[in-house]
Amino acid sequence: MWVLLGIVVIVVGFWLRFNPLLVIMASAAVTGIAAGLDLHAIISAFGKAFNDARYVSIVWIVLPVIGMLEAFGLQERARGLISGLKGATIGRLLASYLLLRQATAALGLTSIAGHPQTVRPLVAPMAEAAAEKQSGSLTEEEREEVNAYSAATDNVGLFFGEDIFLAIGSILLMKGLLEQYGILLEPFELSIWAIPTAIAAFIIHGFRLWLLDRRLSAKAAAPASGGDAA
Amino acid sequence: MITLTWVYVLAGAAFFAFALFNLNDKSNARRFGNAAFWGLMAVSMWAGDWLGAFGNGLLVLALVAIAGFGGLGKAKDDAIPEATKQERAARFGNGLFGIALIIPATALAGTLLFKEFPALFDVKQVTLISLAMGVLLALAVGYVWLRATPALPLSQGRRLMDSVGWAAILPQMLASLGAVFALAGVGDVVGGVIQQAIPEGSLAGAVIAFGLGMALFTMIMGNAFAAFPVMIAAIGMPLLIKQYDGDPAIICAIGMLAGFCGTLMTPMAANFNLVPAALLELKDENAVVKTQVATAIPLLLVNIALIYFLAF
Repeated sequence: MWVLLGIVVIVVGFWLRFNPLLVIMASAAVTGIAAGLDLHAIISAFGKAFNDARYVSIVWIVLPVIGMLEAFGLQERARGLISGLKGATIGRLLASYLLLRQATAALGLTSIAGHPQTVRPLVAPMAEAAAEKQSGSLTEEEREEVNAYSAATDNVGLFFGEDIFLAIGSILLMKGLLEQYGILLEPFELSIWAIPTAIAAFIIHGFRLWLLDRRLSAKAAAPASGGDAA
Repeated sequence: MITLTWVYVLAGAAFFAFALFNLNDKSNARRFGNAAFWGLMAVSMWAGDWLGAFGNGLLVLALVAIAGFGGLGKAKDDAIPEATKQERAARFGNGLFGIALIIPATALAGTLLFKEFPALFDVKQVTLISLAMGVLLALAVGYVWLRATPALPLSQGRRLMDSVGWAAILPQMLASLGAVFALAGVGDVVGGVIQQAIPEGSLAGAVIAFGLGMALFTMIMGNAFAAFPVMIAAIGMPLLIKQYDGDPAIICAIGMLAGFCGTLMTPMAANFNLVPAALLELKDENAVVKTQVATAIPLLLVNIALIYFLAF
């Protein structure tokens, strides 16, 4: 029971806004000690896992390319392209990206897009430009909200597309785990059941994008129709 | 044969360059902290396999000590002036998108093609290998066509890396915490607690406990993969599949997706939720999580309903 103290440390530490790296180390130490491990074993277990997980940090090698392109005006060009497009609204733009991300992830192409590769250089500036165009001007809070929606849309598209693919990690994990219990399933029998949720995710998140779209457009119309409303 | 080791060499070189640029930048009062942090990341990429488990652990402690006690700073903004960028954007036009799309296009082509050449490429790692190749290709095109100065990608990349800061290693840190949790048997204890919370003899109660448990435990662990075996052992297998005779494929597939709803709602899933907030330079580091909650909760309810109606 005492090993659950590590979870308490995480929750309280994040809640009190201590530096997350310190919170994680404290949680690892508390959990390990509660389980009767000595410090050497805890540090070794942590170090081994850190080394095994290095592939997670490989994605940062895209930053020099993104930095170079941004120095040559990529974000400005992305904004220019959207403000020149008739009918480009934030709702349509992000809903299209959501569909594209779900469809490519369902084909197993999870790494072709992502926050460093596509959201920061392309999707976020385009969404900002579209929002700016349809609302007239953006407050700092709205700009922040639009950017958060760009990132959120990438996550929703990835999470609720990738499991349709047969050979993705989570499908293989399920197959392996069920085998341990003596249940043999083909990946296809599992991945097919990701489709209903994928459709629901598109409808729910798409509906929220439509609401955001409507709210920003209404803002532009508000000064003109202000008299009618009163 | 091209394996992940080559990609680690490249990543180490990038981190080493970020460290050097920081070391030379006197506009950052904490430049030694930044240089040491990214320098240690370079060491990890290059020599991680030779350091041993305990050595890597000490390296992590050093990283945490630098970042956790305010050792990281930011250089004075060396961003390119807006007017210059506007002028360049007009000059190079949509070709800039072409270069940006080289990375995803190479990743796509590599993922599909490299599998056909198992003698040349490590087929299990084709995506990361082709991502690295896409980066090199895009840089080459940038040097030739845009005539970027040799240092520009690295100095601008350093600026972006420093704006992400310590959040860059959070995903790796959380994965490691998960390993310590597994070693300490946290999952079994949580499973036991949840088992006691289910009302006896209620199928709906068991399905709801399974779906909510997947989401909540994923929020704590930051990762649905860690929650899944625990919830299957605690509720999925003994109750839903054995006692109530549910379809294992549906229970597992949709149960995992209920966990993904939890991923949308937790700062513990740093690479999806905190890193983009840093990358987009948002003021509120939890802005992405907060935006996702209103999608995640209805979708979680849909998933629980889908399990209840489809699996039984």
